[in-house]
Amino acid sequence: MIALLIRDLRLAFRAGGGFGLGLAFFLLVAVLVPLGVGPEGATLAKIAPGILWVGALLACLLSLDRIFALDFEDGSLDLLATSPIPLEGVVAIKALAHWVVTGLALTLVAPVLAVLMNLPVDGYLWLVVSLAAGTPALSVIGAFGAALTVGVKRGGLLLSLLVLPLYVPTLIFGAEVVKRGALGLQVGTPLLLLAGITAGSLALLPFAAAAAIRVNLR
Amino acid sequence: MELRVTDLAVQRGGLTVLEGVGFALAAGQALVLRGPNGVGKTTLLRTLAGLQPAVQGQISAPPESLTYGAHADGLKAVLTVRENLDFWAAIHGGGDVAAAMAAMNLTELQDRRAANLSAGQKRRLGLARLLVTGRPIWVLDEPTVSLDMASVALFAGVVRAHLAGGGLALLATHIDLGLPEAQMLDLAPFKAKSPLMAGGGGFDEAFA
Repeated sequence: MIALLIRDLRLAFRAGGGFGLGLAFFLLVAVLVPLGVGPEGATLAKIAPGILWVGALLACLLSLDRIFALDFEDGSLDLLATSPIPLEGVVAIKALAHWVVTGLALTLVAPVLAVLMNLPVDGYLWLVVSLAAGTPALSVIGAFGAALTVGVKRGGLLLSLLVLPLYVPTLIFGAEVVKRGALGLQVGTPLLLLAGITAGSLALLPFAAAAAIRVNLR
Repeated sequence: MELRVTDLAVQRGGLTVLEGVGFALAAGQALVLRGPNGVGKTTLLRTLAGLQPAVQGQISAPPESLTYGAHADGLKAVLTVRENLDFWAAIHGGGDVAAAMAAMNLTELQDRRAANLSAGQKRRLGLARLLVTGRPIWVLDEPTVSLDMASVALFAGVVRAHLAGGGLALLATHIDLGLPEAQMLDLAPFKAKSPLMAGGGGFDEAFA
């Protein structure tokens, strides 16, 4: 299992891998939105939590179709399916690799980009906490969507349409945590709901994704 | 160690392509599957590998004993020859990568990226993967595609060594591998008479 994680991370960091794609997108959003909205600090501060969360979500979405499609095309997925590792484990590890490359990286750079968005100082901690709690759900829900569409030629559009509605609760509660944190209010309720979504999808979706892959490999 | 198949029917795209397939292979034996294009060789091999369910019949083999070699080699272009093999060895609990590279004449290429290999070299790397899995039953689909004469002979030697070590091999191929001891099975007589039998019916019939 560790070997699979190391391989996926190595593939992502080598030339042509997915690393940098999501980060660059997130950076572009955080740079361009202030230019488009204008330099007025109060307006930016108000929309910062929402924009940062939407940016992170779309950056995650960008590299989803690579999770299984590349392995499907070169035959690795067939070989992984006949290997000693259960397919559920393969899904979980590949979602973890996706999270390290996108979600974790986004979480770490978010405070820097929040400066561009003029996020109030109180919000920084909650931005990092909410992204850390919420982005694993984005990766594992995305892995489920990728498993459903593996084998579909140009399945990217279908994947986005399938996954976006499932991302909505994470987005709402994630942005709410940052919004309340920035205003100095209690963040307990949305943060717990966010963590609950993540825990639930981590527990259930690898099994659903593995079942979808088994059907798609036939 | 035995692979026994009885009365097996397999389907592709909702149509039953082969039915009544039966054979048994004991340790040290090889079986070559023959048949015209489209008869269902790949479908049969994928069913044996567990990638799709059988329509009817039984496949009996010890669990976790089978490895599948498909048309696609499952190589990552940005990884080197050694990294590709190291990965599959680690997944299967650590096979001998150096020996596998030596057997398939890849030792000199070990630090080259798979993207820079020729088609035949990629195939040799794909076949070297079989050795690092350490599994006794090899199920191979057209293993000699894009190999030159010398590499085919090299591969035949590897298969023979595998059989001598108590392994089994099931190969679908059109060319003569130089394995006179292997049994032959022509799949044409097993072609399904009524493609819409069990499992294939229902939905398809309604729109026929």
